[in-house]
Amino acid sequence: MSIDKNAGNNQPAAENNNGLPNEDRRTFLKKTSAVVALALTPPTVLKAASMDEKIAAAFEQVKITLNINGNRHKLAVEPRVTLLDLLREDLKLTGTKKGCDYGQCGACTVHVNGQRVLACLSLAVMQDGKKITTIEGLAAGEKLHPMQEAFIKHDGLQCGYCTPGQIMSAVACVREGQANSEGQIREYMSGNICRCGAYPNIVNAILEVKNGGQKV
Amino acid sequence: MSTTNGMIGKSVKRVEDKRFITGKGRYTDDIVLPLQTYACFVRSPYAHAKIVGVDLEVAKAMPGVVAIYTGADVAAINGVPCGWQVNFKNGDTMKEPKHALLVEDKARYVGDAVAVVIAETREQAKDAAQMVLVDYEELPVTVDAAKAVKPGAPLVHDLAPNNICFDWELGNPKEEVDQALADAAHLTTLEFVNQRVVPNAIEPRSYNAAYDAVSEKYTLYTSTQNPHVIRLLMCAFVLGIPEHKVRVVGPDVGGGFGSKIFHYPEEALLTWATKNINRPIKWTAERTESFLTDAHGRDHVTKAEMGFDTTGKILGLRVKTYANLGAYLSTFGPCVPTYLHGTLLQGLYTTPKINVDVTGVFTNTTPVDAYRGAGRPEATYLLERLMDLAAHEMEMDPAELRLRNFIPPFDGVEQPGFQTQVALQYDSGNYEGVLTKGLEMLGYKEFRQKQQEAAQNGKLLGVGFSTYIEACGIAPSAVVGSLGARAGLFEVGQVRVQPTGKVSVFTGSHAHGQGHETTFAQVVASKLGIPMEDIDIVHGDTDSVAFGMGTYGSRSLAVGGSAIIRSLEKIIEKGKKIAAHRLEANADDMEFEHGQFTVKGTDKSVSFGDVALTAYVPHIYPKDLEPGLDFSSFYDPANFTYPFGCHIAVVEVEKDTGKVALQRFIAVDDVGNIINPMIVEGQIHGGVAQGVGQALFEGAEYDSNGQLTNATYMDYCMPRADDFPLFETATQVTPCPHNPLGVKGAGEAGTIGSTPAVVNAVIDALWSGGHQVKDIRMPLTSERVWRAMQTPVNT
Repeated sequence: MSIDKNAGNNQPAAENNNGLPNEDRRTFLKKTSAVVALALTPPTVLKAASMDEKIAAAFEQVKITLNINGNRHKLAVEPRVTLLDLLREDLKLTGTKKGCDYGQCGACTVHVNGQRVLACLSLAVMQDGKKITTIEGLAAGEKLHPMQEAFIKHDGLQCGYCTPGQIMSAVACVREGQANSEGQIREYMSGNICRCGAYPNIVNAILEVKNGGQKV
Repeated sequence: MSTTNGMIGKSVKRVEDKRFITGKGRYTDDIVLPLQTYACFVRSPYAHAKIVGVDLEVAKAMPGVVAIYTGADVAAINGVPCGWQVNFKNGDTMKEPKHALLVEDKARYVGDAVAVVIAETREQAKDAAQMVLVDYEELPVTVDAAKAVKPGAPLVHDLAPNNICFDWELGNPKEEVDQALADAAHLTTLEFVNQRVVPNAIEPRSYNAAYDAVSEKYTLYTSTQNPHVIRLLMCAFVLGIPEHKVRVVGPDVGGGFGSKIFHYPEEALLTWATKNINRPIKWTAERTESFLTDAHGRDHVTKAEMGFDTTGKILGLRVKTYANLGAYLSTFGPCVPTYLHGTLLQGLYTTPKINVDVTGVFTNTTPVDAYRGAGRPEATYLLERLMDLAAHEMEMDPAELRLRNFIPPFDGVEQPGFQTQVALQYDSGNYEGVLTKGLEMLGYKEFRQKQQEAAQNGKLLGVGFSTYIEACGIAPSAVVGSLGARAGLFEVGQVRVQPTGKVSVFTGSHAHGQGHETTFAQVVASKLGIPMEDIDIVHGDTDSVAFGMGTYGSRSLAVGGSAIIRSLEKIIEKGKKIAAHRLEANADDMEFEHGQFTVKGTDKSVSFGDVALTAYVPHIYPKDLEPGLDFSSFYDPANFTYPFGCHIAVVEVEKDTGKVALQRFIAVDDVGNIINPMIVEGQIHGGVAQGVGQALFEGAEYDSNGQLTNATYMDYCMPRADDFPLFETATQVTPCPHNPLGVKGAGEAGTIGSTPAVVNAVIDALWSGGHQVKDIRMPLTSERVWRAMQTPVNT
């Protein structure tokens, strides 16, 4: 069940890796044999390899520029860092949640250039030059987004942990034109798990925003 | 109290929502402390293995490593304790093996922690943990409770022969029940498994422990349902550190469902280690780690027999259950299959003879403990499956069969409570009421007609009933103490009126989705006649809240809310004295309503705000009265509360594939008085989603090697938005006679009632097509349902 739904709905947009210099790192690591030999090499060699890795890492920060919630960020990130970890750990934008880290729960859903993306399955370096919106950037200052208002009105949340992902998905669901009926909303929101089971109220919130005709 | 005033009974929008919908919730993993370090646990990949050696040399040299600890380092520290003692039938105490913070000799389930690596970053901790070389010697494994007790089964703990932790019974003497069943005109027998499920809060367990060498004080941020309980267990029973030097904070918590009640080894280990390295340590479980190490729920293997006379009256019930406790005793593990399960087997029925026999069993699996409902869903599943099956077997209507056996209505005031055969005394109930209402909502007659027509057209429609009762508002301390609880189960509520008339309420209950900040504020606003904006509900911090037992067992409003009411009463009583003095009247002549203290029968009054100010600026003030307006109360309930209800499921089963479509779900719940109907409805929705989840989708699948084979969301089928129809909900109100709010609790009702309704509906659909099936093992996957249709059971 999960496989189809995740693939169908919360599918991260296919994106190019803008040709960033990962090759250098790979070549370097190959030279030190660290990747292949890690588990098989005697401890003394491993120590040397891990030192190489440390030195390599120091030189392996990739420069990117992101527009996050309207603010331009010039950043240097390791290629292995996910967009989710960049947001939460480095930029302290902790509104986006980590529920599984494997793209199976939807709690980390953000918008990249207006499209919903699972931040845990997306490397930060893939987003260079792009516009990211997180839950913190959805409201216009003090004025809540209509979907946020609707979630309060319809009691579309309980513990609040999956809620940022639900709301970001819900906004995208309406924008994508996939909110035309209760059944369609349920299908296109099925990539976001809510263990508190607020599904009926989430569906009602989305229906109201869709039928309200406001710009989302 | 005056419940006419103001906010009670209104669907007030939740005050906590704004921070959650804007991403401002503050959960444990969101907290980063100065000089933060990160922990990663090395966990056994084997379900049962001797630890021959642990080589740390490589790992210690990895970048960023601060410290590594193994079982040898913590061998002198106590394990995490069990909070409930269940005795053997012969009076012996249960077998209670040490549940060490890190195992030294043997790993006993996949996920058992062998070592912990602490490093500068999360990634470095994880990298180094992979380089901890553990030499395991695999041992034979046992996973199934009913098989683990057989001679020759591998032993999980040397101190528990045949893997038996306890054997326990409750109810009437077995011979009396045997006789009742022997005399029965009809005997319905059901052997079934109530499968193991994984709680799966979307926020994984997370802890952040810090030590301040100057004040010698520890702080533990933890995703818990009960910070004070964690502090008490950890300080007094595990680490032996002074309780007053430990602050435990449960900030925003992303769902618990029981799994965050318990004191886990990681909490104590981090708190111990933070002093050693003098830096804060954070650990957050990864999802698969949560699957492997959060305490699981259910996992009973049961044989149940119910005897009836020729009119369908129940004569007796005999139950034998093997309850899987996992590899160690979790905090409340032994209590769940016994005192939360056996005690509920009266159900809503007048059954005169009941005997329940439970064997608690150790296996090489994750520990099992309370999961939403905890014992009561297992009891309800047992009874309600028996009722619908008996109706089929006796060719009676399942609704009629229930009506013939219901305990007649009683309010607990005029009519006394109902004394069950299994220790409890129900407080108040009107069981016919909820079933009758449910049948109306369903359109029962029309449904049966439709079902017949469908069957003629080769379609399988089914309806399933579940009329449940639960024991909530946990619990009277003296009662649970006599039943083996090693703690009191009161609650604390402090009301501090500030000089300006604003009110801070400190509660020992803990909200992790239940909306206490709204419901409790409604109660206070109504009682004091002040706006909700003037009230702040403080919870989850042992430094600000005097004490507390936390949130589980649908107890927060019934017990925690009552404690707040007691303090409000004290505030009003003192306020009357202050106001009377101001108005030169007698305190006995004062009344308080709508925020005004008034001399009875006059228009002389003074406002709540004025009284508050006077209490702190006591210039014109009674001589013998202390200044200030701040009261704390400990409320210990007189009895459990007993919510009940009727859940009805309608399904269609696809003949060729066995696929089940849940078409309708009707829930009529009686949770006593209701403060916020919107929040109650949300709780019912959520409970039903989890209960239906167990019936149709969920189940922890261990293979014979003790590997949990579906420990990801790809493999473990979580209920999602498109798995449900809109729920049709209604309430009936039978107030609780023994607490000041008349409330019973709503947190678990949905989970308790829904599971058997769904399974009964599928079985009913199959019977409508001529397949006389007694049981299908949950979850009811298409394959299982299809197979059941291929092999009708001979009855």
